[in-house]
Amino acid sequence: MKEQLVVVGNGMAGVSCVEQILKQPHNFDITIFGDETHVNYNRILLSLVLAGEKSAEDIIINDIDWYQTNDIRARLGVKIASIDRDKKVVIDENGGVTEYDKLILATGSSAFIPPIPGVDKKNVHVFRTLDDTRALLEKAQPGLKVAVIGGGLLGLEAARGLQVRGCEVTVVHLMETLMERQLDATGGDYLKRKIESLGIRVLLPQQTAALFGNGRVDGLRFASGEELEADLVVIAAGIRPNAELGRKAGLDVRRGIVVNDYMETSDPHIYSVGECTEHRGQTFGLVAPLFEQGRVLASTITGKREAVFTGASPAAKLKIMGVDIFSAGSIDESAPGVETVRYEDPPLGVYKKLLLKDNQLLGVILVGDIEDEHTYMDWMRSGTDLTPHRRQILFPPREADPGLEVAAMPDSDIICGCNGVSKGDIVQAIHAHDITTLAGLKERTRASTSCGTCTGLCEKLLRAVTPDFQEETRTTLCSCVPFSYEQLRDMIRGQKLKSVEEVLNIYGNRKGCEVCKPALSYLLDMVWCGGHEEDRSARFINDRVHANIQKDGTFSVVPRMRGGVTTPDELRRIADVADKYKVPMVKVTGSQRIDLLGIKKADLPQVWADLGMPSGQAYTKGVRMVKTCVGTEFCRFGVQDSTSAGIELERRLENLFTPHKFKMGVVGCPRNCAEATVKDLGLVGQDGSWQVVVGGAAGKSVRKADLLITVETTEQALEASDLFFQYYRENANYLERSYDFVERLGIEKIRKETVYAPEADKHKLLDRLARSKALAKDAWLEGQAPVSPTQFVQIQPLEVQSA
Amino acid sequence: MTSVRAWTPITEADNIPTREGRAVTVCDQEIAIFHLQDRYLTIENKCPHKGGPLCDGIVSGTTVVCPLHGRRFDLETGMPVRASEPSCVATFPTRVEDGIIFVDLGGGHTGQEEAA
Repeated sequence: MKEQLVVVGNGMAGVSCVEQILKQPHNFDITIFGDETHVNYNRILLSLVLAGEKSAEDIIINDIDWYQTNDIRARLGVKIASIDRDKKVVIDENGGVTEYDKLILATGSSAFIPPIPGVDKKNVHVFRTLDDTRALLEKAQPGLKVAVIGGGLLGLEAARGLQVRGCEVTVVHLMETLMERQLDATGGDYLKRKIESLGIRVLLPQQTAALFGNGRVDGLRFASGEELEADLVVIAAGIRPNAELGRKAGLDVRRGIVVNDYMETSDPHIYSVGECTEHRGQTFGLVAPLFEQGRVLASTITGKREAVFTGASPAAKLKIMGVDIFSAGSIDESAPGVETVRYEDPPLGVYKKLLLKDNQLLGVILVGDIEDEHTYMDWMRSGTDLTPHRRQILFPPREADPGLEVAAMPDSDIICGCNGVSKGDIVQAIHAHDITTLAGLKERTRASTSCGTCTGLCEKLLRAVTPDFQEETRTTLCSCVPFSYEQLRDMIRGQKLKSVEEVLNIYGNRKGCEVCKPALSYLLDMVWCGGHEEDRSARFINDRVHANIQKDGTFSVVPRMRGGVTTPDELRRIADVADKYKVPMVKVTGSQRIDLLGIKKADLPQVWADLGMPSGQAYTKGVRMVKTCVGTEFCRFGVQDSTSAGIELERRLENLFTPHKFKMGVVGCPRNCAEATVKDLGLVGQDGSWQVVVGGAAGKSVRKADLLITVETTEQALEASDLFFQYYRENANYLERSYDFVERLGIEKIRKETVYAPEADKHKLLDRLARSKALAKDAWLEGQAPVSPTQFVQIQPLEVQSA
Repeated sequence: MTSVRAWTPITEADNIPTREGRAVTVCDQEIAIFHLQDRYLTIENKCPHKGGPLCDGIVSGTTVVCPLHGRRFDLETGMPVRASEPSCVATFPTRVEDGIIFVDLGGGHTGQEEAA
């Protein structure tokens, strides 16, 4: 006969405890009650859902299959109203009775709503659950005035999430500095400056006396008498343990349900874990100690009773992109015997403070540079004697060989503090299950699934242990702005960043380099459809003077010759230019065009004027050309007018920029004389139809293009081309050719999101393309209207003095 | 180091856009003047690697990246940023007065000489 184990609470603490129980031999029949209707999700990451960095699905920890596979009855959306300890049953709100032999209370906590008049008005929200998040997302819109009450972790993350959605956000905090429980006053000031630089207003110290408005909230009135307008108010003023159930049942309850070191309550059949508990007078709100409680309870409830909970030192990390804040341990420097070590660099926004006692690390505050958080956590957890490290304590030397750091760790070292996964666990899992990816490791061990702090370490371990470690495609742009392209696109859009400088100042190292500057220039141009603030200093020289720099510092000039079709007149002008400027080489290119090589920068404007032809963009990451065959015009085999279609295709897309160069081809029959199937985009004419093919290559890589779609008319073929072109522009990483892009995403996904996308989505893609096209112009027009007086002109010295 | 400088007026400061460089040939020397936000710095306009025009490079903080092969030099010292690339470029004292950039062409020195 199995024992009935009932868990009240389907949150992270309760379910993680159940996971720990399942790992051990047990004889339980498990039922989990959750008052939310969702499966167990990662509450810590709700702010990322709000900010649009993750979807609701992304933060699910245990999907419904997990409950089924493990024979767990999940009673979701059912709230337990009371416990009858004599009969050993729990009673739900609808009167349903469930018997238990053992009962775990993991009821968590609720948002604390301060007793301010007016908190019951409409549009006053809390931010605690997935439903809260969804409700906020429904209301959030550009221009909405939002006040967030509370300047702690959650309040700041909520503020940022809403601001990224375009809201005008003000954080109102009762205390003198932000995150005062994790940071000292100096750290709080640094944080405030950083938050303000993101465009969020911060009001400190400001006590909210009332919320006013007629039914709906209109604003906040402060104790000072000042008022703040707000269409939406989010209260993030802390949490309260949900201990009511225990209290009503007569358990020993103070702030939370009181437990001993074995997580036992005052009733021998009832246990408690998570935010609803109180242990040695302390309640817990951060995830790592809650998981530790789960492990201890699993040991207790399965009869081993080996592990004990001894409390935990808190560690907190702010999850706002570009704002690095880490705090752990005790930050009370007034305690006897505590020494502090500090480092500050105000222009860089870096502040570090360590608290030591008897040469051991007690606490740490890191602002702006949190690279060493792991080292510090390690020192703190292990009580390392820091005497030999004192001289470098603020900048502990990093291992030159990244493998060394993990190799030097003992197997018992905890890698993932949230889920208590040790190095030994990970190494064992990698070998036992042939894990080669971070995703695989997450699935098997849960490491790096909560706060994500240890992701880097997990990757290092994988790289060290498994011979065929596969890096995930989350490529960061460069160390100047260490974010992925997806993140950067979101940041540029969300923050309405219009220039490279703005991006680098807010999210980067304020300098940038030759790698990230052109990439950011591209992203800004793409996101704002050409309406960005162009900064030529962020462009490679080719894009400053619209010609291709050669090994001797001269330039090559390739005029546009749409579809490879020219005229005697154009050819004469080209010949005249070649004579006039003594062009050292005139060459027919592989793209059915003519290249004039060896032209001086200062001659470029006049060369372009004399040619009287537009730029062929042969120097840039942009639309190069459309190579065509003579199709039905002259060829006896042609079945489609490839020349006209090619010229039209080139006209539609010319002067636009792309992640990498973009070459096209149009052929009038399947003989494919203009090689359309090895182009980034090709149209292959057939009798009565066109094949639109994408992702072909015949350069460093050779790849046959994939069929995107077959259509009947030329207009349809051109529209399919437009869709793929804009989709590639918006989703490829900078410098990612279409052939890598198509392989990375898979042609099925691309089809689904372009030619087979819902009409509304297609229109959006085409609309953005049209907007970009409307602002795109022939770059060679700058020959007559330069962006700076010396864009092309060679500077002559004012007066030459004899040296 | 010389105590008296021979300042040669080169060009109006406005001729060099922020975070860009421009080449000027003075007394048979080709120099590249860069405009960093708050000041102007001058180096010789020739990458010691393959002779690339450094004036056309992307500026990153106080360094410039050669447009041909990506060699990187500190504009203040002329030293290569990567220690594995041994050659450096000459730097020239530069100042701005009444909107005119002056360079001391005789005051050029290389980081290597200084180190020696």
